[in-house]
Amino acid sequence: MTGSIEVVYRGIFQKTLGQRITRGIVLAAVKEGKVGISFGRYGDSPERNGIPAKSFAVVADNEEDLQTYLSRYEPTDNDVTVAVDDTLCKGVESWAWYGLQPINKLTQPGGVVLTTSMQSPEELLEDCHRKDTEWSLAVLKGIASFSGLWVYKDDHTDVRVLGAIARLAPHVVKLESVEAAIQDEWQDELKVTSARKAYERVETRKVGPDEGNPEKPYEFQLPKWWEMKEGLVIPGIPVKQDVEGWEGGYRPGRNPTFKKFATRTMRPVIDFEICTKCTLCWLQCPDSCFDVTPTGHYDANMEACCGCGVCEAVCPVEKCVTMVNEAAFGDNASQFEMYEKDTDTYKSWLKGKIEDKVTTDRYHGFQLRGKYEEEVQEIIREVTK
Amino acid sequence: MSVSTKAAPVADQEMLISGCAAIAQALRLSDIDVVTAYPIRPYDTVMQAVAKLISNGELDAEYIVAASEHDQFEIVKHASAVGARVFCGSSGVGWMYAMEAIAVTPALRLPMVALVGNRALDDPGAFGCEHNDALCVRDLGWMLTWVDTAQEALDTALIAYRVAEDRRVFLPCAIGADGAFLTHSEVLVKVPNKEKVDQFLPKYDRGDKLLHPDNPITIAPQVNEDWVMEIRKQNDDAMRRARGVIQEAYRDFHKIFGRQGGNPFVESYMAEDADVILFGQGTLSLPVKVGIRKLREQGHKVGFVRLRWLRPFPTPEVQETLSRAKAVGVIDRDYSFGSPNHGAVLYNELRSALYDLPNRPHVISFICGLGGREVTLDSVTEMSEILLKVAKTGKVEQPNYWIGVRG
Repeated sequence: MTGSIEVVYRGIFQKTLGQRITRGIVLAAVKEGKVGISFGRYGDSPERNGIPAKSFAVVADNEEDLQTYLSRYEPTDNDVTVAVDDTLCKGVESWAWYGLQPINKLTQPGGVVLTTSMQSPEELLEDCHRKDTEWSLAVLKGIASFSGLWVYKDDHTDVRVLGAIARLAPHVVKLESVEAAIQDEWQDELKVTSARKAYERVETRKVGPDEGNPEKPYEFQLPKWWEMKEGLVIPGIPVKQDVEGWEGGYRPGRNPTFKKFATRTMRPVIDFEICTKCTLCWLQCPDSCFDVTPTGHYDANMEACCGCGVCEAVCPVEKCVTMVNEAAFGDNASQFEMYEKDTDTYKSWLKGKIEDKVTTDRYHGFQLRGKYEEEVQEIIREVTK
Repeated sequence: MSVSTKAAPVADQEMLISGCAAIAQALRLSDIDVVTAYPIRPYDTVMQAVAKLISNGELDAEYIVAASEHDQFEIVKHASAVGARVFCGSSGVGWMYAMEAIAVTPALRLPMVALVGNRALDDPGAFGCEHNDALCVRDLGWMLTWVDTAQEALDTALIAYRVAEDRRVFLPCAIGADGAFLTHSEVLVKVPNKEKVDQFLPKYDRGDKLLHPDNPITIAPQVNEDWVMEIRKQNDDAMRRARGVIQEAYRDFHKIFGRQGGNPFVESYMAEDADVILFGQGTLSLPVKVGIRKLREQGHKVGFVRLRWLRPFPTPEVQETLSRAKAVGVIDRDYSFGSPNHGAVLYNELRSALYDLPNRPHVISFICGLGGREVTLDSVTEMSEILLKVAKTGKVEQPNYWIGVRG
């Protein structure tokens, strides 16, 4: 008998968190006389901001079963997939041009996707892709923990997720062994309480095959070795030269299959009314995601924006660029097109987005750096209540 | 790229020049565009010779004095990517210092030609010839050839550009030249005229791999495990194709210049009827050939086979020339500590190449001439006698010998 848990996390902010959860599962399983392994897999460096990366925990009754299960690159039929940031429910894209892949892709039929979120399951299901089989969505109420940038700030998310897993997959780890492992590892009764509360409070909703985001995930076939260009050469992507005043030469286009936006936890919302067209966002964006509009404004292309927040940091006009929680958006539509079409509607939309504290208070951006640390004690009080 | 040469000789001529100066003449004739330099003995004589050609107006090329060997190889790597014919070189630990840049060159399919003036690796600090420096690229996708004479150095440099820049290959090529014995010995060398060379060596055309604003490409991306193996397989395929391209190049070279008509991969000396054969590469052929002549006078059927291309390794030619011998002795001017039988690099390569022969000869490892130590006539006799005994008895008492070491 084997069981496996996948933790999908945001590179750098949540690397320590992901590792603590999968380590905790193995330590708890050992309490039950099982064996286990905790390990990481990543498409891009887990040291890069926001990159979706993974930690896995596999537990088994004996070494032989464990080895049998591990003779593959990564577990593909997880009992529980944990998304420690709810914006990961929109999908996961590693950097290697694989397109956006569903959060529940590696969840086994009948398995559970567990996420920490302030959103309702119905809201989250707008993001989560459909699956051929039935599965469950479990929500542990709470904001995403971005506590692990360089120094891990303990907000109990690790043990809360462990407690929830004990509830969702008792055949992998039981609550008693989770509690015992927490006590051994951290010697903190309060953390044990957090785990128990999470065990009690996690809410689960069954999801049928006809529920969820109907978007078809990107599909592709890897080329044969003789089909690939030799010499590590990747041709540039030209775009049509339909720009007025264009005098020839080469204008590169964006890679149509490498969207980057799965990296995003927040997105820039731009007030075109007060923009002075100073060019700083366009110049400084590390992903060249700003398109110049015919009016000389700068429209952040949401397929290419990785949500780093540099534009907000360099913009000299107050409230012209505001980073807003990615969870507050349902699509990647052009903000400028919306603005052009109906300025009044855009202005009220903008107001709703940037004035909502729930969606603008995220803790790894440039503006709010350090804020999370201040709030950790309050969070712990809340979750152990 | 265009080149204006002032004093380029129009007719073939003979010049009394060193192995390094002969390479420099080949660079002039190949019309190289970019050369980088950083001094280390014994390679540095080639950079001096190239500097002289440029200052005399005989060669028009960018001559860049780099800040280190690593920079040296990085600079030519990039120059090659934008379409320049490039040359570079080093010796011993200098070559090792550049290794990060050297290692990435084959996968980028940049046809760089480099000279390794073979030198013992530090420590101890030493100048003498040892092959371990150049051998470090043995597994990386570099073509690797060793030359014996200044004439062969000049000819091989021309051939190296022709093969490396062939679209079917596009791999870098390192020419191993024994430090001091070859790099610093002056002999008469036939230097062909430029017209003949132009006939032999087409312009470097990088085609759709050219890094240029009119051909926008990305090169050297970061990839993951879904791509690396296919990229390595492409390198493997290019190295397999190099064999045929080398054969073509020697055939054309012979037609145009009247030299290099023999086997491109191995030089065979009195080996056809030999009971025992010594096998090695580089300048040790001189004492070995002389020693063999003496032994032949005494009635011993000893022969010599000199390996000219280590990568791609000429398995069929090696099998063909050695299959009739009873015993083969591999003289390694290198070491590979802890390798099978404590033999060295060439020994293990050769033993592997002969494995599939139905009647394979015994193979004995001789480590000899390290750090520039002379391979003496007495050593040649000693090695031959060991082989003759193996041939006679059919028994290998000891697979490996250090020849010429005190004690």
